[in-house]
Amino acid sequence: MKIVRGVPAHEALDLDYPLVASALTRFIREELGGRGYEKAVVAVSGGVDSAVTLALAARALGPEKVHALSLPHEESAPESSAHALLVCESLGVALETVDITPMVEGYAAQTPQITPRRKGNVMARARMIVIFDKSEQYRALPLGTGNKTERLFGYFTWHADDSPPVNPLGDLYKTQVWGLAEHLGVPEEIVRKAPTADLEPGQTDEADLGVSYRRADVILEHYLKGYPDSYIVGLGYTPDEVALVKRRVNRTHYKRHLPAVALVSSTAIGEFYLRPLDFRLED
Amino acid sequence: MVRHALLQLKPAKGQIRHNLEHLERTLLDLKDEHIDVAVVPEAYPTGYFLQGGVRELALTAAELVGRLSAWHAEHYRDPLDLVIGFYERDGGDYYNSAAYLELGGRGLVHLHRKIFLPTYGVFDEERFLGRGHELASFNTRFGRAAILICEDFWHTVTATTVALQGADVIYVPSASPARGLAGAAPANVERWEMLARAVSGEHGLYVALASLVGSEAGKLMSGGSLLAGPEGEVLARAPVFAEAALLADVDLDRIPPVRYDNPMLADLKAGMPLIFPEMRKIVEEL
Repeated sequence: MKIVRGVPAHEALDLDYPLVASALTRFIREELGGRGYEKAVVAVSGGVDSAVTLALAARALGPEKVHALSLPHEESAPESSAHALLVCESLGVALETVDITPMVEGYAAQTPQITPRRKGNVMARARMIVIFDKSEQYRALPLGTGNKTERLFGYFTWHADDSPPVNPLGDLYKTQVWGLAEHLGVPEEIVRKAPTADLEPGQTDEADLGVSYRRADVILEHYLKGYPDSYIVGLGYTPDEVALVKRRVNRTHYKRHLPAVALVSSTAIGEFYLRPLDFRLED
Repeated sequence: MVRHALLQLKPAKGQIRHNLEHLERTLLDLKDEHIDVAVVPEAYPTGYFLQGGVRELALTAAELVGRLSAWHAEHYRDPLDLVIGFYERDGGDYYNSAAYLELGGRGLVHLHRKIFLPTYGVFDEERFLGRGHELASFNTRFGRAAILICEDFWHTVTATTVALQGADVIYVPSASPARGLAGAAPANVERWEMLARAVSGEHGLYVALASLVGSEAGKLMSGGSLLAGPEGEVLARAPVFAEAALLADVDLDRIPPVRYDNPMLADLKAGMPLIFPEMRKIVEEL
């Protein structure tokens, strides 16, 4: 008798990337259209998340309807600007550069004790000032570029990277962003380089986080779907890795919400008075 | 043959007048197709996710029938049947409902109020809506039909019940956010097709699914409307995500021979006296 053994269940992260691309381009078009916009602004860092976002926007709206912004600081790695230009050229999207050094250093000069970490956060928030102003200048809606892994880890500058009103990648793990990048033909050097926020010299995401994205993403997916730690360890992950991932998620829930508001009525917004963000009444 | 149009439409959130005009224009564009029955997705006049906005946007059945009947009278001489999902207000009660209308004829033929209100995950219906309590098939001018709304159809016992009541066509207005993108079609679309094929094949009837499209603040309604026939086959299938008018014929004459060759429904009827006491025991122990 032939014995056939079932394979133990595990959650796969691999997606059908043509379907994902089709869904996300439609999402961009419809979310912009519903708000009365035809154009988008995307800040391009030279990393894979913003490259994928730009590629999706160019597909959804046409390259001429996308404003790409490079927003370097004098301490940013030169490679970042070079990669931003490379991705724009590959997509036929025009790139505008705004040097944020004077904005950031204007504040830093008044704050001599500022640490590299704090200055990195000022850079991220300065970039949002530019993005939202350019949005108004071009009547183009800002697209966010944050992925699900960094959102779950709270690994972003609060009220900066998470500010744009429409985000196509926020439900894709970093591993899936890489897969989508390959499908969309993002230049290989951008897909393959070590991810970095480039807010401090020499910084890499995975050194900051203490776990690789590919390992973290599998742990996250199983954790979110309710698998116990022992099951995840059984898949080949260490108890320390599992604990690290869970700790990062559970210390940062506040970063994924609007601020806590003191509830004193039975019409408190978002508690009793509930309307989805696209809700409108006819004029 | 009963010519059906399953209208996979994209509503603008909260824009009832605009959305009904879009539906009416779509139907007028299809006038030369001589549609007998058009099927419109769940919550089409307003969009699906309204949260507490249901209170501001729900229509009474009379308002919906009045509006569509007046439009029909202006443009058609012959009757047109329309199955349409909408948020319904009845006094102080609110429902996720679907109406079977015979425009230019009997008007409101049947009103189904969704029984299974998903309140988990991305869904929050029972927080804002009341449950329906009736499950009934009814006579149209073509045959016997029933309406099940979205999750109503995910419990196959509902389809079994209306099949036992004699329904030859089950109309299923739905709104299903796409999720699970690991395969060539979203996982929820594959689940819908599997269910429609299983139900239609088991009972030897037609299932007409009309599924909403459009992005509702990031929830991409998946579409994938379809007509499944009495042998469990998909007779017509709309694309995912995009608006489409899916035209397909329901041939009620196919049902008797299919059921003769594959008498699952008759076997079920014969077996009901065995099953029913067990079901009753389960209910009594709840």
